Amino acid sequence: MSAATQAPPASDALTMSGAEVVLRALKDNGVEVIFGYPGGAVLPIYDAIFQQNAIRHILVRHEQAAVHAAEGYARSTGKVGVVLVTSGPGATNAVTGLLDALMDSVPVICLTGQVPTHLIGNDAFQEADTTGITRPATKHNYLVKKSEDLARVMHEAFYVAKSGRPGPVVIDLPKDILINKAPYREATAQSHRSYRPRTEPDAKAIRDAVRLFKRAHRPIVYAGGGVINAGPEASRLLREFVRMTGMPCTNTLMGLGTYPAEDPQFLGMLGMHGTYEANLAMHGCDVMFNIGARFDDRVTGRLNAFSPTSKKIHADIDPSSINKNVAVDVPIVGDARAVLAAMIEAWKADEAPQDKGAIAAWWRQIDAWRSTNCLQYRQESKIIKPQHAVKRLYEITRELGRETFITTEVGQHQMWAAQYFGFDKPNRWMTSGGLGTMGYGLPAAMGVQIAHPDALVIDIAGEASILMNIQEMGTLAQYRLPVKVFILNNEYMGMVRQWQELLHGGRYSESYSASLPDFVRLAESFHAVGMRAEGIDDLDRVIREMIAIDKPVIADICVAKDENCFPMIPSGAAHNEMILGPGQEGGVAGVTDEGKVLV
Amino acid sequence: MSDLKGGQRAATIAVLVENEAGVLARVIGLFSGRGYNIDSLTVAPVDETGRISRITIVTSGTDMVIEQIKAQLDRLVPVHKVSDLTIEGPHLTRELALIKVVGRGESRMEVLRLADAFRARVVDATTESFVLEMTGNGDKIDAFVALMRPIGLAEVSRTGAVAIARGPKGIME
Repeated sequence: MSAATQAPPASDALTMSGAEVVLRALKDNGVEVIFGYPGGAVLPIYDAIFQQNAIRHILVRHEQAAVHAAEGYARSTGKVGVVLVTSGPGATNAVTGLLDALMDSVPVICLTGQVPTHLIGNDAFQEADTTGITRPATKHNYLVKKSEDLARVMHEAFYVAKSGRPGPVVIDLPKDILINKAPYREATAQSHRSYRPRTEPDAKAIRDAVRLFKRAHRPIVYAGGGVINAGPEASRLLREFVRMTGMPCTNTLMGLGTYPAEDPQFLGMLGMHGTYEANLAMHGCDVMFNIGARFDDRVTGRLNAFSPTSKKIHADIDPSSINKNVAVDVPIVGDARAVLAAMIEAWKADEAPQDKGAIAAWWRQIDAWRSTNCLQYRQESKIIKPQHAVKRLYEITRELGRETFITTEVGQHQMWAAQYFGFDKPNRWMTSGGLGTMGYGLPAAMGVQIAHPDALVIDIAGEASILMNIQEMGTLAQYRLPVKVFILNNEYMGMVRQWQELLHGGRYSESYSASLPDFVRLAESFHAVGMRAEGIDDLDRVIREMIAIDKPVIADICVAKDENCFPMIPSGAAHNEMILGPGQEGGVAGVTDEGKVLV
Repeated sequence: MSDLKGGQRAATIAVLVENEAGVLARVIGLFSGRGYNIDSLTVAPVDETGRISRITIVTSGTDMVIEQIKAQLDRLVPVHKVSDLTIEGPHLTRELALIKVVGRGESRMEVLRLADAFRARVVDATTESFVLEMTGNGDKIDAFVALMRPIGLAEVSRTGAVAIARGPKGIME
């Protein structure tokens, strides 16, 4: 707020163009790479990019992919991802990515070109009301109308994107602002006139939470993506807290990796396709501690039947997430790292003993649920089960010991990846959770690979989703990014088919993936390597070869076409009404129209 | 506001915002996008530099929805302060209305008599019309407008509610 008084006066000398100010501000905010696609309105920025070496530009093949790539970059590094697109269609193509980043709280800055200020509102060529269109798809957006505002807006955008609950920010840049000279001012100490999110939790709320939690007989920790956004230290503190308290821990789809998958205190993912033990423990607990999750409808199932007997503690950095869907008993506003650190301190300070006997009985109950082995499948014939394909991918990558990052598209394969691929570190799992964007995984993997050139980056995909951003194979080739695309090919939009089978009388309306390309030859035409596993005898060999090749690879894994994703809580049902597997589909017969209207 | 469904309450919410382009669209978009009601909304700059505007929103919903509305407003980047006047203590609400009534003969006297009773002022007159100005809370204006209707109500323009807390404390304190 005091930029004007603190910046050195020499910086007011008008020696830089607006485009140069943009690049300087990116550099000063630590940006090393941007994902973009040129066009008329942003030519001045591309000209400035040409004349410098500090920032690397990755040329994508579609603006949506630029945003997903920036999301992959951001989610795997904790840094802000940056996108540069032109006006009009460039900006509108980016909208899906922006909303995806908003729903999943990913810090992204998207620079959009705009027609010159004097033409705004004239339906000029490639004009769009970008701030109007992106307002509900961003955390905040700006239209820079005066050159003297440019540097401040650039710095402020970084602050807004990464502070509090992170999210995407659009800066709309008219072409005259980019060409005209503009003053550059360095970023000053971050303090915003109106936006000052709270990060330190209230001490009394923490004490109340600990008092409640320590006396619980059937406790559970339910951790989400907020723990990842709070940095790796938050995941470390979560482990410390869960081990110290001896409690069970479950993760949301977004929270996978915050707690080690193989740890005995981990119950797996919860929610619609979560494990039996995680969902029944949520249903039957007497105190739940939600840290950095938002009681999403995929998690709660039918709201009035959600965890009916529990007291609920909810810690979130976004006050609007608290008491939105589920009324809670102890609300805590704060950053997950700060909350966990305070909880650990308060737990040590609270002298009341835990009822170890009750907690041991709770674990016996959980172990009984666990013994149903809800993720079991039978790999009996030569036909590859999709679950088995993911499980072998996990086991082989773990055996190889390489740093591995997984992205996914959206659908059955995404859920199988979440169920069968184990994560033991945060920032290794990138999936479109809130928006459910098909086409996310390949460009996200691209962004991850740019940030981690030596790591193994795998997009677990479906044959339908992958076609939504398949053009990015060209980007992989251009930058020699050895991303592996692991397609679970069942020739169906599998999750659509599954719902049609279970809820719409098996009428498979438009869910068959007709006229598929030959993925091996498609890979080859994009200068990548294509391979195919047609049966179980090919699977391990294909996985090992795929990983060994230092080039982009598409592995087309032909899997069982009729496999459904279980366990499943049918729409409109409660956690304790979940279907464990085939043969139990009768359980959906009771789904009412009221349930069917839920997505 | 009088016909609220079970469990719903009315809320008068004051919001101080940075007076920047698009801020009103953000607030209105929030209400339409999330399906909240707006019974009335007023906005104008309120500080000496014109940098801060005050938005007064009258809305209704369950307690949980009103809390959600406040939290959603508060997380908008240009919002300085959100204050729920309805639950934070006694407050004053006023609305200004301009009311055009048309008529000749005896009905003109009737208009003036009623206007006097409601403390409405004549701000424009022709041989066949009056424009009356009145302030008050919404119920008072509703009542007056209802009285004018059979006499010859031609047009009504209302500002929507503005509101402020009673007592010495300012909204930012």
